[in-house]
Amino acid sequence: MCEALPCDVVGQATAHVSQTADPFMMSFSVFILAIFVGYHVVWNVTPALHTPLMSVTNAISSIVIVGAIIASGPLEMNLPTVLGLIAVGLASVNIFGGFMVTQRMLAMFKKRS
Amino acid sequence: MLSANMVALAYLVASVLIILALKGLSSPESSRRGNTFGMLGLLIAVVVTLQLSSVQNYAWIFASIAVGGLIGGVAARKVPMTHMPQTVAFMHSLVGLAAVLIAVSAFANPVGYGIADAFGKMHVSSRIELFLGAFIGAITFTASLIAFGKLHGSLSGRPVIFAGQHLLNLVLGVIMIGSGIMFCIEPTWTPFLIMLGIAMLLGVLLIIPIGGADMPVIVSMLNSYSGWAAAGIGFTLGNNMLIVAGALVGSSGAILSYIMCKAMNRSLFNVLLGGFGGDAPAAAGGIKEDRPFKSGAAEDAAFLLKNARSVVIVPGYGLAVARAQHALKEVVDILMKQGVQVKFAIHPVAGRMPGHMNVLLAEADVPYDIVHEMDEINPEFADTDVVLVIGANDVTNPSAKTDPTSPIYGMPILDVSKAAHVLIIKRSLSVGYAGLDNDLFYMDKTMMIFSDAKKACESLIQVLD
Repeated sequence: MCEALPCDVVGQATAHVSQTADPFMMSFSVFILAIFVGYHVVWNVTPALHTPLMSVTNAISSIVIVGAIIASGPLEMNLPTVLGLIAVGLASVNIFGGFMVTQRMLAMFKKRS
Repeated sequence: MLSANMVALAYLVASVLIILALKGLSSPESSRRGNTFGMLGLLIAVVVTLQLSSVQNYAWIFASIAVGGLIGGVAARKVPMTHMPQTVAFMHSLVGLAAVLIAVSAFANPVGYGIADAFGKMHVSSRIELFLGAFIGAITFTASLIAFGKLHGSLSGRPVIFAGQHLLNLVLGVIMIGSGIMFCIEPTWTPFLIMLGIAMLLGVLLIIPIGGADMPVIVSMLNSYSGWAAAGIGFTLGNNMLIVAGALVGSSGAILSYIMCKAMNRSLFNVLLGGFGGDAPAAAGGIKEDRPFKSGAAEDAAFLLKNARSVVIVPGYGLAVARAQHALKEVVDILMKQGVQVKFAIHPVAGRMPGHMNVLLAEADVPYDIVHEMDEINPEFADTDVVLVIGANDVTNPSAKTDPTSPIYGMPILDVSKAAHVLIIKRSLSVGYAGLDNDLFYMDKTMMIFSDAKKACESLIQVLD
């Protein structure tokens, strides 16, 4: 698979990685721990607020806007940049829409006066 | 520009704020502050990303944020609360599409994302992450669009079933994973685009066989998918904040799906297999039309309610369809003024999505501390003088407990039949979603009031006042 020169370089890189653990393992650890945090936090959400929970999680998953901004970062306009900009727009709809509709719902929940 | 460590620290703060946003939802009092934390978290994430040295295209980025933000803001103000399920489904599809676009963009420009080796070729681990993020995003995108159409009524809520459906899905799934593996071996456009195309097709095929009644489970499940798609993008970018946010949303949606399935006594597998709700007419054949029942007018109902010490109201989605929440609230106000203790009992599947009925009641200014969940209120029915059932049916059907041959046997229900008197406002003796007759209608203690929910509440107000 590898061409004339690269094999050697790839071999060295592999040797280095095997000593420090792949960066993927770091991400994977964070991922699993976050699932545990999510599990415990979400079971504590009162069932009355499950609809706001869904709308706010919508806004939160639109954190992919970070990836979209990086994609649309370069000044030259080409396919990756344009796709990134569209993604920025879509994620913005969700972030603003999600948080605002959640706010609107939460403001309705009042105690007996 | 911030140093790499400062960026990582800011992202960590944003992750913590996002966790606090969800934690706030444990009670209505703390929830509003939680929502502010969430907004702050996203703001920090966006601002910190904008100041990265690779991000230069400010004019266009701000324009995109402004256009998207405006659309989202206007929609958030205007959407009626009854339309929340389809709104949420639509938003899931936007997350899915955004994830797909980012994945395509990253594949077209791997160097810009820092996921390429010294020769501009994508790392193998990045290929796998990109493949996972892209296909989950693609399925979320089209599946949510179909769910939106079904919930909004632009598509029929009836399950679409054809011969060989599951086999077709299986074959497509295998081809999709196959092209994903090819992509991971040799990252070229052909397997990548085939994989994306099939994932989008699968999203459609997986949701069309699922009936309208099962949509609360599906909306929750797609909520979960949108989270996993975000986490997938996080893996591609090596960004822990995205991974944390995605994992939180993913587990949140999964828990909600589980709660909905349990409330309907169905397994997730059974829901996904689809077809439920399509055979209602056949089951309805079991109705015994000649069974005796008592019916009354608003005056009779008002008499019972006025003389009760305690009243529990069981609302169903029919209440919202008839737009009767506000009229019902007036009835409640009058009764409470006359010293009657009034409570609401909410079944988990009372609305079209988890917690939907609570929002609809809150919108009608019903205080949340008289609205109770099923497990809280079930022990109280035996001490209740009058139960008023409005627009609900299957969730009160005692056959779920008593008749092992019933299709809803084992489903948790509200123990309405234990109360001293039961009033049921309903347009006719027709069957509910499950296509079943309800024994509750024919009990001695039950009085049927045949009317539209809103008209019934309005005449109750007149008589009570």
